[in-house]
Amino acid sequence: MGATETVGGGQAGRLAWRLAEVIEIRDETPRVRTLRIGVPGWRGHKAGQHVDVRLTAEDGYQAQRSYSIASAPESPWIELAIERLDDGEVSPYLAGEVRPGDTLELRGPIGGYFTWTVDDGGPLLLVAGGSGVAPLMAMVRHREAAKRAIPTTVLFSSRSAGEIIFRDELDRLAAVDPSLRTVHTLTRNQPEGWTGFRRRIDAAMLAEVAGPPHPGEGLLAFVCGPTRLVENVATDLLALGHRADRVKTERFGPTGT
Amino acid sequence: MGQGFVSRGFRGRRRPDAEVADRIPPGQYLTRDFPVLSAGPTPRTALDRWDFVVRGDVEAPRRWTWDEFRALPSETVTKDIHCVTKWSKIDTVWEGVSVDTLLDGLETSADYLIAHCDGGYTTNLPLEDVTGGKAWVVFGYDGDALEPEHGGPARLLVPHLYFWKSAKWVRGLELVGEDSPGFWESLGYNNYGDPWLEQRYAGD
Ligand SMILES: Cc1cc2nc3c(=O)[nH]c(=O)nc-3n(C[C@H](O)[C@H](O)[C@H](O)COP(=O)(O)OP(=O)(O)OC[C@H]3O[C@@H](n4cnc5c(N)ncnc54)[C@H](O)[C@@H]3O)c2cc1C
Repeated sequence: MGATETVGGGQAGRLAWRLAEVIEIRDETPRVRTLRIGVPGWRGHKAGQHVDVRLTAEDGYQAQRSYSIASAPESPWIELAIERLDDGEVSPYLAGEVRPGDTLELRGPIGGYFTWTVDDGGPLLLVAGGSGVAPLMAMVRHREAAKRAIPTTVLFSSRSAGEIIFRDELDRLAAVDPSLRTVHTLTRNQPEGWTGFRRRIDAAMLAEVAGPPHPGEGLLAFVCGPTRLVENVATDLLALGHRADRVKTERFGPTGT
Repeated sequence: MGQGFVSRGFRGRRRPDAEVADRIPPGQYLTRDFPVLSAGPTPRTALDRWDFVVRGDVEAPRRWTWDEFRALPSETVTKDIHCVTKWSKIDTVWEGVSVDTLLDGLETSADYLIAHCDGGYTTNLPLEDVTGGKAWVVFGYDGDALEPEHGGPARLLVPHLYFWKSAKWVRGLELVGEDSPGFWESLGYNNYGDPWLEQRYAGD
């Protein structure tokens, strides 16, 4: 964390707004969409960083919001996973109106603290609530692309089975990689035969999933999602004996699960 | 870049009302919630172990226990606040001690200060931005004690700069001769953070 590390990933000067093209759109769940975006002149990012997206209306009115990059730094494009809040301003546009071929204005990558590279090591505990999985998915994908078997547990809270973002990809990766484990909890509805957890993440669940504090530096935890979930998980991890400087948090805001 | 650019089909639904429009800095939107931004777990310091210190380039450091601090003259101020994550909140009501009161009568040649917080956070500010009725150490929000997740028991309030400068869980001010970046400022955020100039990130 040196003074030389800038949001732009090293280059000095203003982080410029760029015009970028939506290449492809995938529906992840009924409310979450992935936008694959090609950004001319993009210099890469670190897993965990975000971009600012700026929308401009005909009359010049503008709205900006932050979105985490969900794709691996190794990808030639970036992907954002956007949850549509029906009464929101920007997310219904990005996860509804936008079509492939549209142009978006964005700048980034931003953020130098909630980031991870394989050189930071592990063991990793990634705790996500809803769309908070986006920056953690970038870490999972980066780890996979770099082919480093760093012990990693993903603890993922979703409302219902149909709302688990990236479920197939997470399950597929975990099936072939013994050092990656995915644990789901469903807080509202559980399908018949569901064997995972059925409640909000709490201290007992964290103790069961993460185990006792590791010796040495201990595990490295990244927690992302709605404010309430992040607050509770971070507080519980400390109470369980994990080190405060190894628990990194990102809060998406008051909404979500 | 982006000159004349229009996002196809975007109309927007958070245009501020005319009477508050000139209180919302560029790129910000008005929120009714009070969102939370911090890098890690919320520290919780017991009040009987809490103290507040002014140190650094001063003849004699000053220190207050919680009770002593609360016995200082305090004021209630109503301010607009602007978070770098894009939300602004208007007419927020705070209770606390003016930084002028904490530095009253102090002789120093310092031009800057570093706010030190529980959890190891720091933020840097020019001294002239926290004196002259511009900054407070607040312990009350909206008529109640300041909650831990919003920085309680006490946080800095420097409302004319982006809100990360209003460091949560503040425990002391170190007066220094030379500016050096704090926590977020070392991680790519702007060194000064004027919302009206949209100084979000380094280089803005
Ligand atoms: C660092 C960071 C990374 C993020 N990454 C992601 C990501 O990867 N994916 C993702 O989906 N989100 C992400 N977010 C959240 C994202 O930035 C937006 O906050 C989110 O998309 C909601 O924006 P919106 O414009 O749709 O809703 P807003 O218009 O901002 O409204 C949000 C909610 O607040 C309420 N609200 C606020 N103001 C008003 C008002 N004046 N009137 C009525 N209702 C109001 C609404 O009910 C609404 O549900 C991230 C946030 C941060 C800070």
